[in-house]
Amino acid sequence: MSEATTTKRSSAAVRGWFGRQSLAVRTVVVALVAIGAYLLPYVGSIPVIGPQIETQGIDWPSSLFNMSYYVLLALGLNVVVGFAGLLDLGYVGFFAVGAYATALLTSPDSILHTEWAWLAAVPIALAVTMVAGVILGWPTLRLRGDYLAIVTLGFAEIIRIVATSTDTLRGDRGFSSLPHPPGTLPDGSKIFGVSDATPYYWLGLSVIILVIIGCRNLDRSRVGRSWLAIREDEEAAEIMGVRTIKYKLWAFAIGAFIGGLGGVLFAGNQGFINSQTFILQFSILVLAGVVMGGSGNIAGAILGGALISYIPDRLRGIQDPFFDYDLFEYRFVIFGVVIILIMVLRPQGLIPSRRRAMELKDREKEVAPQ
Amino acid sequence: MSEPHIETPEELDRANARPVDEAAPTGPAEKSSAPAAPAERDGDVLLELDNVTLRFGGVVALNGISFSLRKGEIFGLIGPNGAGKTTCFNAMTGVYRPTSGGIRFNGESLVGKKKHEITRGGIARTFQNVRLFPEMTALENVMVGADAHHKTSVISALFRLPRFWREERSGRERSLELLRFVGIEHRAGEVSRNLSYGEQRRLEIARALATNPTLLCLDEPAAGFNPAEKVDLLNLIRKIRDTGVTVLLIEHDMRLVMGVTDRIVVLEFGKKIAEGTPAEVRDNPAVIAAYLGVPTDAA
Repeated sequence: MSEATTTKRSSAAVRGWFGRQSLAVRTVVVALVAIGAYLLPYVGSIPVIGPQIETQGIDWPSSLFNMSYYVLLALGLNVVVGFAGLLDLGYVGFFAVGAYATALLTSPDSILHTEWAWLAAVPIALAVTMVAGVILGWPTLRLRGDYLAIVTLGFAEIIRIVATSTDTLRGDRGFSSLPHPPGTLPDGSKIFGVSDATPYYWLGLSVIILVIIGCRNLDRSRVGRSWLAIREDEEAAEIMGVRTIKYKLWAFAIGAFIGGLGGVLFAGNQGFINSQTFILQFSILVLAGVVMGGSGNIAGAILGGALISYIPDRLRGIQDPFFDYDLFEYRFVIFGVVIILIMVLRPQGLIPSRRRAMELKDREKEVAPQ
Repeated sequence: MSEPHIETPEELDRANARPVDEAAPTGPAEKSSAPAAPAERDGDVLLELDNVTLRFGGVVALNGISFSLRKGEIFGLIGPNGAGKTTCFNAMTGVYRPTSGGIRFNGESLVGKKKHEITRGGIARTFQNVRLFPEMTALENVMVGADAHHKTSVISALFRLPRFWREERSGRERSLELLRFVGIEHRAGEVSRNLSYGEQRRLEIARALATNPTLLCLDEPAAGFNPAEKVDLLNLIRKIRDTGVTVLLIEHDMRLVMGVTDRIVVLEFGKKIAEGTPAEVRDNPAVIAAYLGVPTDAA
């Protein structure tokens, strides 16, 4: 009895202040956070702390846009890894498929010679990414844990190597002159230009908000329950009537779709992609972000995704005092230390999912009973 | 010493024991037809195992098992450890595919069907070692079972279409009702890993019932229970039967089995050694031999 109450109390503490508020308070808080996110490009105007937050070696709106597609990737990976418990190490593959599909349809360098507008290419690119998700998912359905991780790792490498070494995908030369998203201002200038990344950030943020709503809706439905059941005991889930194959494929497809969204946005912003963009460490970084933020939790994935992009960008343009290197060059060292610290001090992630936190707590108990 | 003890019931029940004695040593062909006849006579056959054999490499886990369940009865499957009771369950629920033989449920073959198809077809089960989804609340666990008959698609969940709201509401109500039925409604919001052992067992039954089964298979539901809890469980099993669900019960505790079941099949080393009412089975020399290891004329 007393054990049950203590666990209850600690799980409530983990869920924190937010979970205890009324619906009205939560709505207001969410709205304020969203407005704050839209105003982030102007954070530099806040006296004293503003300039500390802004990046130096890269313009602040560009850094915010980088964060937005990292957050998208983290949200998508969170569906696969966090919700359904399928360890996917090759997630960047879907980002690449989305970006390349856009490039093939829009770039003048493409052998297709379609040269579509960016917006016209988006639905096709996303459909292609979802199909890629199912194609990866199908043969891996019987695999679990480590084996699944190895196969997905291979998938991302296949995409990268194909992109590097086939003529159609143009390797390092890449695709240039990709069109930007449409729209003109009243004064005739384009909304999505090359000089200011702020509109791209707002576009990315709007997509993120839609993705959050979608993920949340799925999580709080039979779909989310099925994923969780699969994660906890796949065989028992199937015996309780869960169509495990169907829901695992959906997890892959939805994850791929969100990753593809990131790729499409990235292509629309950069105007240029080549095979160097989609290296393996990208996948690992996003996975690290999800785990760091709190696997299985949407807010955690957002925070993790934003940090893995923000920390290196913030280090840009700062010289180390000894060798005058740009601190950006040390980003993986610093990053590694940060991740280790977080994992030691807060193994369930920065904003843990209620359930994941308890899983870890139980594991702790198993290691050190009493 | 104990031989005269056994002689008496054996003599008394010679008539009852006879068909069983025949069934054990004879070939599979005879056995398959034997149980079908009385079942048809006494009521509708719900589940029929026809000469089911299951081998794992050289090990014969089930050897030509045949029996049938009638609608509305409580049926016991008993036998010493390793007799093949759980294997029998697993063959029925699609976890293992029988090497040979047929399993029919409501006249439809179950062999080769997927686990979730069998569940949706009306067979639900619990597990010998409780297998709940530990990080889900009690209510969510039951709702996973209720989802088995829901048709909400990923799209309607994503866009919150009317069907989602309708099924989510009805699923929740039904799940709460089932938690009340098994007596743990007050724990609905608690993560299932925090429930007591007895509550977890009850929750498993509620989750299985949520799939709307016509046949509920309980795998040693009383394991680890004290006598008072066992009595409660007996009442629950009867209550479940009274709602029209047929119950198949695997159990070690002979007294519990004898008290609640209408008919019993006894397995030993993957073979059926007896079938009949509790009274018939209790006095069957082959059963006594299997449980106590006493040599008898039959063995």
